[in-house]
Amino acid sequence: MHELSIVASIVDSVTESLAPYPGARVIEVRLKVGALASVVQESLDFCYGIGTEGTALEGSRLVVEILPVVLHCEPCGRDVTLDGVQSFRCPVCGEPSMDMRQGRELDIDSIEIEDEAEVKA
Amino acid sequence: MTTRIVELRRGILKKNDELAAGLRDRYTTAGVLVLNLVSSPGSGKTEFLGRTLKELKASGERVAALVGDLETDNDARRLASSGAPVRQINTHGICHLDAEMISKHLEGWELADLDYLFIENVGNLVCPSSYDLGEKIRVALLSVTEGEDKPLKYPTMFNSADAAVITKMDIAEPCGFNRAEALKNINEIRPGIRIFETSAKTGAGMDEWLAYLTEERKRRA
Repeated sequence: MHELSIVASIVDSVTESLAPYPGARVIEVRLKVGALASVVQESLDFCYGIGTEGTALEGSRLVVEILPVVLHCEPCGRDVTLDGVQSFRCPVCGEPSMDMRQGRELDIDSIEIEDEAEVKA
Repeated sequence: MTTRIVELRRGILKKNDELAAGLRDRYTTAGVLVLNLVSSPGSGKTEFLGRTLKELKASGERVAALVGDLETDNDARRLASSGAPVRQINTHGICHLDAEMISKHLEGWELADLDYLFIENVGNLVCPSSYDLGEKIRVALLSVTEGEDKPLKYPTMFNSADAAVITKMDIAEPCGFNRAEALKNINEIRPGIRIFETSAKTGAGMDEWLAYLTEERKRRA
């Protein structure tokens, strides 16, 4: 039940970031999750409903963007994107690489909130 | 009513990552080499660690271990027979160790009096991969009874490891263990990783593993 711990961390982080917006309601939480972050979306969705109950996040949508693994390939001299996580080789030249540039993220990118404040001109 | 987007761009596990960074600094200052042992349940982590502790102690090294399980202190009692200080961490249902649990269970131990600290994580090949414990070396263990494709099934864990240990090599043959396939799969997920083929029962491969620990301690602690 690793996803429930993750949801608890999301609730803490988002609640903390709401301090400048008293009374705000969260509509959407957008995550960026690397393909290697070992987070299962179905399980995260399930835990999200439970873990956000009674918080400012209750009823909000969870949007997860999965980021593929990106390796830096030394022989090709550029970053290459992998289709999956079964082989850590450059898809162009076949050289193995451990120079990972993307794929382990487990980040809250942004939130959409609704509050009472008037829009300042 | 106003709706607005607030950019956060922060790691969900930021709190753990910060605590782990603090632990890493403490380990470095104390000059202790810290290893985090991860594997599925039943891969032989405790047996392997027990033998490692005994052999290191016999060569005069100062060692200690923290061992994580959901319940029971059976593993801590088994490991304590090595004569090394051992503490059990019971997570009571939580599937991984985190930096806060480590920090709490290190209280009262003088890290500068240690050469090596081993953390035996909860047996689980998924969740522990996300939680940095401040370790210098993450060791993924795979037993010959588990199937050679484990690294392909759990790429996150094997990809995040610094070393891999194949355990129970003494029963490789009756298990029909395909050594070449296992080595190939580990290398596919984590190119260039050091792989040790061991048996804690017969002692096979232990010399090479202990030599690696000594080298790493000299180099990194």
